[in-house]
Amino acid sequence: MLRARAILSRRAFARGYATSPPPHALIYLEHRAGAIESASLSALTAAGQLGGQVTALVVGGPDEVTAIVDQAKKLKGVTSVLHSSSAQYATPMAETLSPLLEKLLSENSPFTHVVSAHSSAAKSILPRVAAILDVPALSDITSLVHDASSNSTTFTRPIYAGNAIATVKASSSIPIKFFTVRSTAFAAAESEEGANAEVTALDAVDVSDSPSEHVKTSLTQSDRPELGAASRIVSGGRALKNAETFEATLYPLADVLGAAVGASRAAVDAGYADNSLQVGQTGKVVAPELYMALGISGAIQHLAGMKDSKLIVAVNKDPDAPIFQVADVGLVADLFQVVPELTEKLKA
Amino acid sequence: MRPSSARLLHILVPVKRAVDYAVKIRVNPQQTGIDLNVKHSMNPFDEIAVEEAVRIRDRLKDKVKSIKVVTIGPTKSQETLRTALAMGADSAIHVEIPDSAPAPEPLGVAKAIQAVLARQKEKGEAVDIVILGKQAIDDDAGQTGQMLAGLMGWAQATFASKVDIDVEAKTANVTREIDGGLEELKCKFPLIVTTDLRLNEPRYASLPNIMKAKKKPIEKLSASDLGVDLTPRLETLKVEEPPKRVGGGKVESVDELIAKLAEAGITGVKA
Repeated sequence: MLRARAILSRRAFARGYATSPPPHALIYLEHRAGAIESASLSALTAAGQLGGQVTALVVGGPDEVTAIVDQAKKLKGVTSVLHSSSAQYATPMAETLSPLLEKLLSENSPFTHVVSAHSSAAKSILPRVAAILDVPALSDITSLVHDASSNSTTFTRPIYAGNAIATVKASSSIPIKFFTVRSTAFAAAESEEGANAEVTALDAVDVSDSPSEHVKTSLTQSDRPELGAASRIVSGGRALKNAETFEATLYPLADVLGAAVGASRAAVDAGYADNSLQVGQTGKVVAPELYMALGISGAIQHLAGMKDSKLIVAVNKDPDAPIFQVADVGLVADLFQVVPELTEKLKA
Repeated sequence: MRPSSARLLHILVPVKRAVDYAVKIRVNPQQTGIDLNVKHSMNPFDEIAVEEAVRIRDRLKDKVKSIKVVTIGPTKSQETLRTALAMGADSAIHVEIPDSAPAPEPLGVAKAIQAVLARQKEKGEAVDIVILGKQAIDDDAGQTGQMLAGLMGWAQATFASKVDIDVEAKTANVTREIDGGLEELKCKFPLIVTTDLRLNEPRYASLPNIMKAKKKPIEKLSASDLGVDLTPRLETLKVEEPPKRVGGGKVESVDELIAKLAEAGITGVKA
């Protein structure tokens, strides 16, 4: 917070000579079960590409924050860590976290950018804060370039379900540039031996009359890799017929491959798979090493969620299914014959 | 604040006219945007929002005093309002912008809706619940609802898959879709809800309802009537086609498929 104070004391001076401030990103680091989310680590890599300082913000319940701060201060690219804990922060909610961010980003703040993963929590919180500060925000960016001399940042982001890529410039007239990062477009930042960023505690901003309260969270339990971070994904569509065959057919193959299980919207809507497994424009965007699309036709909304995968394998009865236009390896066949055979042969 | 006597709910649903979800879009040769000379329809998430408003009235009957839809867009956006009216909304506001004007950004839209909310309050029809789609399928920003909640200082329940309203207590229990599962919130009125796909299945408007919708009132306003500036603050430098993926052709058998996988270094994991 030394910088903030320095700016404060030279405020009049700084106003007189409007040189652009060096980039200083505030990244909202998310964590779950004592570990930093991998999507946040990808966002950190993106923040590092701005070419300036990166301050990590860690918030959570009183018993959570210490362990996360220890991990955060060792991350490559993090120059300082701010943390704040409160019972209110145990479940991140926009109404209770906004006042903290607002205070942190209000007048004389050193921060030029606010960064996070494009996660469900950050998607709820960041735009709320941006609006309070009267600045626009960018969602789901896939690349960025910062020009320090003009204090402008240029981003690319997919629009129309990934069927077009927009290049968008946030100029110096936007004093704080808010953006969320598509995690599959950036490698995850790693821990660095010997790194030890400066750690500062922040007082929680108590919101005594929040208009919303958290009732409960129910997470889908799974032993498989997390869908968003998995290097291999086996995904099923409507052709799987019902929840039982979805499991019986896909899970053994996923186990043999050490893969996460995904689903098309059709499979989710029909109740074969949980909502949290949905891949696509309205679900998760993934880019694994291997994406196996089984009984998925390949609607544009689904392709939006997986077409950046390295190797796409499709099995479908319909030779004209659009999925074959993007698949590296396609097999026109009945998946109920192919998948068990594939599972057996991969086991061998 | 609000009178404490049993008051009736006013619901506002902002909707957007967008390129139809099934259209394969094309980037224009000047790389300034996409070819908009294609079929448009109501943003799918907004249809869900309108449907939810109508269902809330189906459940609560005459405790819902009004369902108003609002759109900000060129002349043709009026069609989208008519669709919403045919689905069961009572009246509409069209904040018209010139056909040549650039599409407003979420923050501009949120400010316009904020001004509409202030106007409704002045008229004694203060809005209790605003239901929006969680994102528009054209710009995929997913920000407007949250921004509006921030500007108003209201409760926000994003990505809702279930909304349970208690009129007497002036609260709503909302189930939200979050990464990895579900979350339930209890929110006080006034409240902003953004809809997820799972919230409901929108109805088709019947012909009689489409006919009736033609008689429902649409109020026309301009950005200056509302005192808002809708000029984009972010500059779109260009719009491009994404890199084309070339299909790698087909294989004939599982063995060939496994060979291709092995070529890419993918084999089974020994348990």
